[in-house]
Amino acid sequence: MSFVEKHVVVIYPHPDDEAFGASGTITKFREQGVPVTYLCGTLGEMGRNMGNPTFANRETLPEVRKKELIDACKVLDVELKMLGYRDKTLEFESRDEIAEHLKGLIETIEPSLVITHYPGHAVHPDHDALGAAAIEAVKRIETNRRPNVWAQAISRNHLEELGEPDISIDISPFFKKKMQTILAHHSQAQGVLGSMNPETDDIEAIAKERLGNEQFYTWNF
Amino acid sequence: MEQITIDQVQKQLERFLNKDVYVHLETTNGAYASHNNDKAYNVGAFIRNAQVNYKHAKIVGSGNAFRVGLKLDIGWIYAEGLSQYEVDDNDRLLMAGHDREGRLMVALEISETPFTY
Ligand SMILES: [Zn+2]
Repeated sequence: MSFVEKHVVVIYPHPDDEAFGASGTITKFREQGVPVTYLCGTLGEMGRNMGNPTFANRETLPEVRKKELIDACKVLDVELKMLGYRDKTLEFESRDEIAEHLKGLIETIEPSLVITHYPGHAVHPDHDALGAAAIEAVKRIETNRRPNVWAQAISRNHLEELGEPDISIDISPFFKKKMQTILAHHSQAQGVLGSMNPETDDIEAIAKERLGNEQFYTWNF
Repeated sequence: MEQITIDQVQKQLERFLNKDVYVHLETTNGAYASHNNDKAYNVGAFIRNAQVNYKHAKIVGSGNAFRVGLKLDIGWIYAEGLSQYEVDDNDRLLMAGHDREGRLMVALEISETPFTY
């Protein structure tokens, strides 16, 4: 599959969502010379992973994750904008206000594609809420200027309920970059990959199997 | 953070007696508990920058499991499962309990100035 995109905007709520969710796809775009901007909703202030062994605490975590996010965006070579919301609270904010905030940013950047979470199928309430606000924001843009939206579903039942995603990116050529991006989120990576033992397990093989494809549904407005 | 010892933390708790302080209290098993295990429930609660003034405070427990109770004029603040503590650069008392993978399960923090919000 190949694309001709002008600019891609990725909208996720947490530092590391871009790494686990879309870093292969982002790398593919960057290698084609397509500019990518990551609008990151929060600093993951309320995350549970404090490193293993722990090196962060509830009060230092925001700064730790902010630095990791900046590092990850350097690895991916993407522009970063931090939106300044607070972890775990996005679903309680006004959907309308977040949508207007995002709409302003999207209209300035003028992307041809927006990548976000599939509302109702994104497991974490922040994912669902920001995905819904992002889609609402794009919906409010007049049709002739409206970018496409790729929505990412991670719920267990998304295949049953939504069918096969129409976009499936084989990210195996970009796998090294994906691992580098995940590992830039030092405090979080071990929480997800930490059950693997780097001495005995072939981490790349395991992760490739777990993270081999990135899939999205084209949103139908 | 370091392992809690009752003597050290008791002294720290008493440092804030009869002062207007800000409290962060939290417990969580993560937003993915029921995603990773369909028999599990997602449970969590937090309150950030509750302003209180406590008259009496005590830490109880041993090993890796301590409980802290703060007695207010008309109520209590309680946290269970605390194992580590730290007095940070802003003189705040941070206490927390983590699981085997280093994930936070409970936190109780006390400060004379508001926590960032
Ligand atoms: Zn997330």
